[in-house]
Amino acid sequence: MNWIEHLTRIQIISLLGSVLFLLGILECVRRQLLKEAYALLWLALGGGFLVLSAFPGLLELARHIGILYAPAALFLFLIFGIILILIQYSVVLSRRTEQIKTLTQETALLRHRIEQLEKNADSAVDGKPRQS
Amino acid sequence: MYERLCVIIPCYNEADCIAGVLRDLAASLPGATLVVVNDHSDDASAREAVATGLAEVLSLPVHLGIGGAVQTGMKFAVVHHYEYAVKFDGDGQHQAAEVERLLQPIRNGEAEVAIGSRFLAGVTPHFHSPLLRRAGMAVFRIVNSLLAGQRITDNTSGFRAYNRRALEFLAEHYPAFDYPEPEEIVLLAHNRFRLREVGTAMAARTTGVSSITGWTSIYYMVKVLIAILMVAVRPAITERQTL
Repeated sequence: MNWIEHLTRIQIISLLGSVLFLLGILECVRRQLLKEAYALLWLALGGGFLVLSAFPGLLELARHIGILYAPAALFLFLIFGIILILIQYSVVLSRRTEQIKTLTQETALLRHRIEQLEKNADSAVDGKPRQS
Repeated sequence: MYERLCVIIPCYNEADCIAGVLRDLAASLPGATLVVVNDHSDDASAREAVATGLAEVLSLPVHLGIGGAVQTGMKFAVVHHYEYAVKFDGDGQHQAAEVERLLQPIRNGEAEVAIGSRFLAGVTPHFHSPLLRRAGMAVFRIVNSLLAGQRITDNTSGFRAYNRRALEFLAEHYPAFDYPEPEEIVLLAHNRFRLREVGTAMAARTTGVSSITGWTSIYYMVKVLIAILMVAVRPAITERQTL
């Protein structure tokens, strides 16, 4: 177990954090608190963190695109991931809005139809209104 | 007689005037079906409408906004095989006596959608609106006239008539959220429906207040302009379906 000695303290913490985060997300999916479709982006984000924690040298690559301070690359990665997830939420929300609208309209049309049918049924039974 | 005509009346908290509106319509358009779409009013609108015995009342279980309410009426008209429909505000702004004039170009096949305009010469003496609203209407007039390829003077008018084909299209694709009128025009023109503006008299509203004031109007302008531009850059829906 030679390699463990080469890990810095912050690396150990971030590795542990990433693993716990991934396990947490998977646990949510297992308990059906979170749908697989919505877990995907979170898992990708956690996976990215795990990779970056294991190979922090990757952050130094950011130098080539002009990010001189390595932790800034980490923030960039994090913020980009969160924005992606938020956009996914807006998309889902928009779809829900449309679905709720359609259901609401259908409910009103069906309710009207039921009222009509009841009225017709009432007049069919010797014209007496039914007790309700 | 108007047995093939469905009048769609979106209604949100109009208990004071809805009965009067229905009586006017029933008197002017014997045989037409009046459909009140009650957009989850907080007041007695639905009860008032039912009590007249003149209208079918559709009640939305949650508030959808004017577009969602109107689309419900359009779906009703499609399902029940109406040939024409007219959209008519429940607040007393539109006049029952003007419906026939609005329907004329639809009946004789000159247009598929007719838009009642307050601004076409010779009908309404003059409409005084606040400066901001006039500016907004001017913007819509320019943008919509360009995008629709024909001059449309009154883009926020809710007084409209539709033939069966337009109804079927809108029952499916109506821009159904809060302020759909200007967007509806671009959507229809973009999908090659033939539009025609008809000068119609309109009253100043008798009760209630406009829902579009102050900051809301800026939100409205921006939102609707984005919606209009997006409609214009999308492929036409009718084409998309045949592909």
